[in-house]
Amino acid sequence: MSTGEQLLDVRHLVQEFEVRAQGGVRSGVVQAVSDVSFTLAKGETLGLVGETGSGKSTLARAILQAPAPKSGEVLFEGTDLVKLKGRDLLRARRQMQMVFQDPFGSLDPKWSVARIVEEPLVAFRTAARAERRRRVTEVLDRVGLDPERYADRRPRSLSGGQAQRVAIARALALDPALIIYDEAVSSLDVLIRAQVLNLLERLRSELSLTYLFIAHDLALVKQVSDRVAVMYLGKLVEIGPAESLYREPLHPYTVALLASIPNPDPAASRAPVTKTIRGEPPSPIDPPSGCRFRTRCPRAQDVCAAEEPLLRKLADGHFAACHFPVSDDAPAPALAGGTHDAAAPD
Amino acid sequence: MSESLLEVSDLRVDFRHDGRLVRAVDGLTYSMRPGQTVAVIGESGSGKTVSARAIMGLLPPSAKVTGSIRFDEVEMVGLSEKALRSHRGCGVAMVFQDPTRSLNPTMRIGAQIREAIQTHEKASRGSAQDRALELLELVRLPAARERLEQYPHQLSGGMRQRVMIAIALAASPRLLIADEATTALDVTTQAQIMELLRDLQQRLGMGLIMISHDLGLAASFADDVVVMYAGRAVERAPTQMLFAHVRMPYTRALLDAIPRLENESHAPLAAVPGQPPNLALREPGCPFTPRCPSATDRCREHAPVFEEHEPEHLWACWHPCEDRVRL
Repeated sequence: MSTGEQLLDVRHLVQEFEVRAQGGVRSGVVQAVSDVSFTLAKGETLGLVGETGSGKSTLARAILQAPAPKSGEVLFEGTDLVKLKGRDLLRARRQMQMVFQDPFGSLDPKWSVARIVEEPLVAFRTAARAERRRRVTEVLDRVGLDPERYADRRPRSLSGGQAQRVAIARALALDPALIIYDEAVSSLDVLIRAQVLNLLERLRSELSLTYLFIAHDLALVKQVSDRVAVMYLGKLVEIGPAESLYREPLHPYTVALLASIPNPDPAASRAPVTKTIRGEPPSPIDPPSGCRFRTRCPRAQDVCAAEEPLLRKLADGHFAACHFPVSDDAPAPALAGGTHDAAAPD
Repeated sequence: MSESLLEVSDLRVDFRHDGRLVRAVDGLTYSMRPGQTVAVIGESGSGKTVSARAIMGLLPPSAKVTGSIRFDEVEMVGLSEKALRSHRGCGVAMVFQDPTRSLNPTMRIGAQIREAIQTHEKASRGSAQDRALELLELVRLPAARERLEQYPHQLSGGMRQRVMIAIALAASPRLLIADEATTALDVTTQAQIMELLRDLQQRLGMGLIMISHDLGLAASFADDVVVMYAGRAVERAPTQMLFAHVRMPYTRALLDAIPRLENESHAPLAAVPGQPPNLALREPGCPFTPRCPSATDRCREHAPVFEEHEPEHLWACWHPCEDRVRL
C-alpha cells in the first residue's frame, strides 16, 4: 500500500520526435508526449492506459531517460533525473527497471537464464561472483522458477509465461524501487496471464515495490492499480483513484474505452461502442486544435476546437481535461448525423 | 435445426514434428446453421486455428486431415485443390489476425479488391471497380472512393482490417471465418470491427465462425460457443446456457482468470497452475487433469467422452462443475 511519501514526480514532461517525409508519411514533429504531469507515491501502483500512439510507452522511456525528454522534470526521490549525467544517472537508474511485452525479444537467445538474470549485477559491478550467483538463485525462487531446473535453460526452451518470469527476475536482481511494466502480460494466454498478474501482486507486497503498469486493457489495469491515468494522443486526459475512475469516468474517451471491453457475461446489456466514439485516432503529427479527442467525441462543441481543456480537479483526487466532463448532469449532446463509425477526415 | 451450413465431425489433424506425431485437432465435432455465429475459443495450441484452416482447406500438404467436414452437404475432406479453390471465397472466406501481412503492400486497395472479385466471376474492370466501391462502403470505410487509389500503408490498422473484410466478402461467401480478426487492433477499434462483423453477418445472412482466445468476445457476439483445449472440444453450448451453467472446469478456469471491471483492485485472480500439455506426448486421460482442481485417478486413466449431457449442452468431463449461486 501507498505510504503517502512521493517516489516519482513527473512535471510538464514533453517528448517530441522529428520525422522526415518517406513514402506516404508526412514530415513534421510527432508530439508523442505533451505536457504530462503526475506523481507516484511509494508502494503505489499507477495504471497507465491508452491505445497505440497515445504516448504511454514513450512516457515510460522518458522517465527512465532513455531517451531523456525534450523538456520537463522527472523528480525521483526529489532528484531531477533530467539534470543528472554519467555516473549519477546510472546510479539513479539502478532504482528503476522495466519489463516489456515480448519476453523473447528482450532476452538474449544465446544466454542461459542464470546469465540473463545475473547480467545487471555484472553491469553495475555490485558484488563478487559467488554473491551474484546467490542473488540469481534468490530472485529465480521469488518469481516461481526452480533455480535447479531453469538456471541453465535457454530462452527458446521456455514458454511465454516462463520467459516473462525470467524478465521479471532480471528486473528484480538489482533490488529496484520502481518497476515499469509496459504491456508485460498482454501477449500471454489467459490462464498464464492470471498466474503472472498474481505474481506481480505478491512481489509488490513482499518487496514494497512501486509500479507503473502500462496496458491497453482497462479491466486488466484495474486488477492491479491504486490509481489510473488515461492518455490520448500524447495528453493525459484523466487521472484518479481506480475505484472512482471506473465507477464515474469523467472524460468521454475513458467512457469509450470502458464501453469497448467485451463483457464476459452475455446477459449484461451492452451499448454499442459506436455511440461513444467514432473512427480512429488522428496522426500525432499536427494533432487537432483544442482538445485532441474532439474529432471522435460525441460531446464535442465549438469551444473544444478553440480552447484546450486543462486537467482540473472534479472529485477527490480525480482530475480530467474536458470542457464537458461526463459527470455533469446535463445529458450528452446528440451525435450529429446519428451514429458514426466512420473516421473524421484526417 | 434441419438445415445445416457446416457439419464438422470427428475432425482430426496430425502433423509430424521431429519424427513425432502431433495431433493438433483431436476429434472435433460441431455444426452450424446458416446465419449463425459460433465462437471457437481456446488458448495457444488448443487447435482452434488449425481446425479453421482445415475448413478453408488451407493446411499444408504435410498435415493429415481425417474425419469429415461437410459444407452445404458437400464433403470437403479429400477434395482436390481445384475443387477447394472454388469452395474458398464463394463458400467460405477467412479474415486473419494481421491485416498488414495479408494485404499486398505494392498494390492499390482497389486493385486488390478487384482481383478478389475477378477470381470468382467474369467482370469487366469497370464493373469490378464499381463492386469494389460498393464493398468498401459496405464495410463502412470512410472516404471509400479515395481509398480505392491508396496503398495499404496509407491506412490505419482498423481500416486495413475493413479492407480485408471487404475482400473476404467479394464473392458473397455463405460462411465467414474470423481468425483472431480483432486481436491486433486497439480496444475501441476492436469493438467497432466486431460490431461491423455482426451487422454484416445479420444483413447478409452469413454464418460466422469467430476464432478467439477471448471468452468476453464470445459472450457479447456468439450464438454458440465451442471451448477447445489441447486439440479437443471440451464444452459446447448456446452462449447464454454456457455462461450460466459452466460444466467443464477448464471453461470455469478461463472465466475466472479474466480480470473484470467489477473486481476490487488488488483482488487475487483465481489462477490454475501449470501449462497446457505437450501434444506430442499423447497421454491417456483428460488433457486438463494436471491443472484441474477436480481431477481424480479416473481422469488420468480414461478420457471422458464429449457428449450431450443436458439438452444442447455438451461437455467432456467426469466431474462437471455445479451451478454457482449468484450473489
